[in-house]
Amino acid sequence: MDTAVTAKKKWWAGGYSPFNVNYGKLMMWYFLLSDAFTFGALLISYGTIRFSSPSWPDPNEVFKSFPGMGHANLPLMFVSLMTFILIMSSVTMVLAVHAGHHRDRKAVAKWLAWTIVGGIAFLSCQAWEWTHLYHEGAWWGRNPFANVDGTVASTNFTNFFFTITGFHGLHVTSGVVLNIVILINVLKGTYDDRGHYEMVEKVGLYWHFVDLVWVFVFTCFYLL
Amino acid sequence: MSNEATLHSQQEVMHGAGAHDHHDHEHHDSFISKYVFSMDHKMIAKQFLITGIIWAIIGAFFSVLFRLQLGYPDATFPWLESILGHWAKGGRITPEAYYALVTMHGTILVFFVLTAGLSGTFSNLLIPLQVGARDMASPFMNCLSYWFFFLASMVMMASLFVQTGPASGGWTMYPPLSALGDASIGSKIGVDLWLTSMALFVVSQLLGGLNYISTILNMRTKGMSMTKMPLTIWSFFFTAVLGVLSFPVLLSGFILLLMDRHAGTSFYLSDIFIAGKALANEGGSAILYQHLFWFLGHPEVYIIILPAMGMVSEVLAISSRKPIFGYLAMIGSLFAICILAFLVWAHHMFVTGLNPFLGAFFVLLTLLIAVPSAIKVFNWITTIWKGNIRFTPASLFSIGFVSTFISGGLTGIWLGNSSIDIHLHDTYFVIAHFHIVMGVSAFFGMFAGIYHWFPKMYGRFMNNTLGYIHFWVTLIGAYLIFWPMHYEGMAGMPRRYFDYSTWASFNQFEGLNQFISFVVILVFATQLLFVFNFFYSIFKGRKMTTQNPWKATSLEWTTPIHAGHGNWPGEIPEVHRWAYDYSKDGRDFIPQTEPLGPNESAH
Repeated sequence: MDTAVTAKKKWWAGGYSPFNVNYGKLMMWYFLLSDAFTFGALLISYGTIRFSSPSWPDPNEVFKSFPGMGHANLPLMFVSLMTFILIMSSVTMVLAVHAGHHRDRKAVAKWLAWTIVGGIAFLSCQAWEWTHLYHEGAWWGRNPFANVDGTVASTNFTNFFFTITGFHGLHVTSGVVLNIVILINVLKGTYDDRGHYEMVEKVGLYWHFVDLVWVFVFTCFYLL
Repeated sequence: MSNEATLHSQQEVMHGAGAHDHHDHEHHDSFISKYVFSMDHKMIAKQFLITGIIWAIIGAFFSVLFRLQLGYPDATFPWLESILGHWAKGGRITPEAYYALVTMHGTILVFFVLTAGLSGTFSNLLIPLQVGARDMASPFMNCLSYWFFFLASMVMMASLFVQTGPASGGWTMYPPLSALGDASIGSKIGVDLWLTSMALFVVSQLLGGLNYISTILNMRTKGMSMTKMPLTIWSFFFTAVLGVLSFPVLLSGFILLLMDRHAGTSFYLSDIFIAGKALANEGGSAILYQHLFWFLGHPEVYIIILPAMGMVSEVLAISSRKPIFGYLAMIGSLFAICILAFLVWAHHMFVTGLNPFLGAFFVLLTLLIAVPSAIKVFNWITTIWKGNIRFTPASLFSIGFVSTFISGGLTGIWLGNSSIDIHLHDTYFVIAHFHIVMGVSAFFGMFAGIYHWFPKMYGRFMNNTLGYIHFWVTLIGAYLIFWPMHYEGMAGMPRRYFDYSTWASFNQFEGLNQFISFVVILVFATQLLFVFNFFYSIFKGRKMTTQNPWKATSLEWTTPIHAGHGNWPGEIPEVHRWAYDYSKDGRDFIPQTEPLGPNESAH
């Protein structure tokens, strides 16, 4: 039936949105495209510098601690947990959006709240990791980790790590703030009055984007 | 289905909101909500324009100051000391002040005038009016866009007054000079303020650009298909796309630069000595910044020139009473320029150590831009060819635009060749090229737009006689200023130098430099005449008596002379034809709102 409607209607002839979305969602998509370029530029810069460096520290050696586990050698365990948390928060966001389609206020509030919890948990993990690295002597302009071939590494390993994960963390933070604002509106019944839960979809888009970016950040800094 | 319902209800909401706004306008608009934090796209356009004009005066005045130094290196001007203080001790501009002035001249003109002042003004004014919308998709974000620009302006303005002066490493702000506070006096807090201001500027551009794109795509009135839109709208659309995709990369570059300045990082720094002392920074790359910068920087020149192209297309069709020649080719070439804009950035870096093999590809892609540019030029010329041209100031400036775009564009073909660039890079030839093709041309497009749409903005006309004087002095003056610079450049005279008089190779240009500086002052004075005309006409200009003074087809002239917020008092008109039905079927023009006649074919 949808196809029949599409064939009949001239979507680009004016008077309608050609993509069948309202302007807010369209703007969000274009904003995400723009933001993808911001992260793209940062990650490509990282790649450029890394490829022009003779050697680079081994992430398995750097990221091997886990809170409460002392000096146990657990490479990438903690960051896997962080990633898992963030991806789970994306799942709860999907459920919140889905509940929004059915205008189920309680379910939206529940899943949105879980998403916020997931976001805060991720940020807390990041705070722990940063603190831990800081105590190991790593910071902007300071890099205690040696290259994988044993030579002294330049500080750009930590420079890029803190800048890009920090920039991503800033995005997660603003995502959490947005989610909280939307949750308050959901609880107040704003979207029931409006007749649709599209705002949840819009912050959902942002949240998934931030997750997607993490996948790239994770790959670039922890796996490669 | 649910989408359908959502959209439908949204449109009702929009229409309702429009009517409500209109209602608001008549009853309780306070001074603050009408003139300051206005959400009416027409008022925001005026805010952008007037802020842009103020910046243009400052930026152009800076060029007068450094031209004084270049033209009269031995003379002293005591009045300089009274306005610049210790920056012009004894009436002579110091080298530091000279570099601050050129840097600020570039920054102000490129970003604050020809980006915000140009597309900020006309995208805001024309998009809703020409596509048939009550306002921008998000009036609130539109308002924010202006105020972020205003904040950026304030920070940049403040940087002019700090003790160590504004940023002075050139408008491209290349590290390591810009990254190291100890490198020069102009690399201290001035650069931080510059970066802060530019970050705010990027936010403003993003908010504006997202709005322009979604308004054009989503808010077109019934019947206004994409290929019925005036070319102005197409050009604003591509401009916004360029901005939304390229400014974020600049922002990333600035974030890294700010880190290098204050967090002890070495993104752009490696193996540097300052005052004989080695710095610890290692592993970074100054070239990396140049890539990030020019990934914005090249699209930026199209962000500047595309709106001018769109307005010129519109004005030329109207003033020659002919349909625009090759409408689809015009859109196609805008699109081609938009794509190529992202693929040519490294032609700014031919001599920075770029692999010559890589350079060859950038040469090819750069020269490809000549194709869509030439298509546009031929279409403009064929549009006015045998037209019954009405020589209004707007049409004169449009024709002037075509002239400068050709003469500036041709030298671009020289510079786009990496081998010729070895000789010509960083000379006055480059200055001549980009000032004519991007600076003067964009200004001509902007002037055409201002003269043409001034009645729509203020319900009055600008003075024609002053307009003609403005045009002829500016056109002739621009050529007199920049034409000789080609010769200086070919002779090898490098740009950015403070004083050429002690340099035997370039002594011969003393008279020529003096001549250029003299014309600069004359042209600057003429721009002040334009500014006077602009402000005088707002209050005292000849009043508009008909809705459609230029007998144009597009929608903005179907609104009342003083359109309220919401633009059309009743329903938004429906569109039935393209915007270029001039001299068709024996009629001078047919408005877009008129349905096709029974025996009439669409264009």
